[in-house]
Amino acid sequence: MELKTPLYDAHVKLGGRIVPFAGYLLPVQYEGVIAEHMAVREKAGLFDVSHMGEITFKGKGALASLNHLLTNDFTNMPLGKVRYAVMCYEDGGTVDDLLVYKFGEEDYYIVVNASNRHKDFEHMKKNILPDTEIEDISDSVAQVALQGPKARDIMLKLMKEEDIPEKYYTAKRDVDIAGMNCLISYTGYTGEAGYEIYTANENAEKLWNTILEAGEEFGLIPCGLGARDTLRLEASMPLYGHEMDETITPLETGLDFGVKMNKEEFIGKKAMEEKGEPKICRVGLRIIDKGVLREHQDVYVGDEKIGHTSSGTFSPLLKTSIAMALIDKKYADIGTVVEVDVRGRRLKAEVVEMPFYSRKR
Amino acid sequence: MFKNPEELKYTKTHEWVKEEDGLYVVGLTDFAQDALGDIVFVNLPSVGDPVTAGEAFSDVESVKAVSDVFSPVTGVVAEVNEAIVDDPASVNSDCYGSWLIKVADVTGTEELLDAKAYEEVCANEA
Repeated sequence: MELKTPLYDAHVKLGGRIVPFAGYLLPVQYEGVIAEHMAVREKAGLFDVSHMGEITFKGKGALASLNHLLTNDFTNMPLGKVRYAVMCYEDGGTVDDLLVYKFGEEDYYIVVNASNRHKDFEHMKKNILPDTEIEDISDSVAQVALQGPKARDIMLKLMKEEDIPEKYYTAKRDVDIAGMNCLISYTGYTGEAGYEIYTANENAEKLWNTILEAGEEFGLIPCGLGARDTLRLEASMPLYGHEMDETITPLETGLDFGVKMNKEEFIGKKAMEEKGEPKICRVGLRIIDKGVLREHQDVYVGDEKIGHTSSGTFSPLLKTSIAMALIDKKYADIGTVVEVDVRGRRLKAEVVEMPFYSRKR
Repeated sequence: MFKNPEELKYTKTHEWVKEEDGLYVVGLTDFAQDALGDIVFVNLPSVGDPVTAGEAFSDVESVKAVSDVFSPVTGVVAEVNEAIVDDPASVNSDCYGSWLIKVADVTGTEELLDAKAYEEVCANEA
């Protein structure tokens, strides 16, 4: 059975087309993927991401547990900072990728993928070190993402300027929006500036409507999962189950920046050391022929199968098809021409720089 | 809710067809274009290609999905609508004006529905 987020009724009221996703009923689109995508690139969009999981880490052992469980290093992490990390199995395969928020020396807030939430919590419970209390609070937390160049202007209408997280990957807690207690981070999954806002379930619909109303004059529109996917793909952001899974190490999918191999120890480190330099890597592809690349299509150079696409779509901004692919490293040079098996047709594509899109700062 | 003009015939797989000067004109219905969302690419056959009733002759890509288009009739492709290759979004904005192919030498057809019967098909799938 699919669960409803606390915003389900709001989506139906707004005419969202509801689909099952990661165990939840969520809107794939309202007006249309292209219109929603471009609103985020040019103005602003609002997403319901309440399906995401939230897990708290508390106690004297919290830091040691995070350093043991996750690939990134949380030692000396400043308060109010957000950090990306990967959680691996002993063999180096990926359990999930996630964000860690630090609010106190013994107080961390972890955001995980909806579809992995239960698996993650079990893995954490099994592997935490002493003096660590963890709790899965996902069912009481609603989350919306306000993304786009106008996001800050909209936030300014809703709260005091000093309450808005100033720097990318920082967060503030106990911020008041129209009488609601919220956690706000300067984060997102679109490649634009923007904020993710967490609040109690009972506030969800009021928060959603308050933001939509404040944003109207800036061209803010509600956006669905369809645009969320095309936006993250243009920004070359990986998605669990596509660019990574239990068979792929974070190093093989190009997440080196979040993997601190010089850290004394973490689950999966030994296996990754033994594996050595990865033989595959994640590349960006841009189609040369006519057609649309999709996920899980085989990639060839001549007769040799060199890998597969992990995500693919039509890029509303570039107006052509783009994909990410996991391929044999020796074909990963920019400009390499490959062929992708698109439903029996071999279409030419070129290895290009990632991200496909990055905003001007 | 969906527009299904009375003068057209329909398939259960959401194509429309109309006979015009001895040719069968084929396109996608309002239901189909709405279900697909923003259409970005249409892969059409070539003039002279045979098509078979009930079999795929084209695929249509939207931002989020790819879908086969099935021929309502058996025959030979006489014309293809090149305009929609350059402007695939016209299938969204005017699905009954933006035909895909015209078929000649038709020897057989799929089970074709009138607008009323097709409306029921849509209602059941919506």
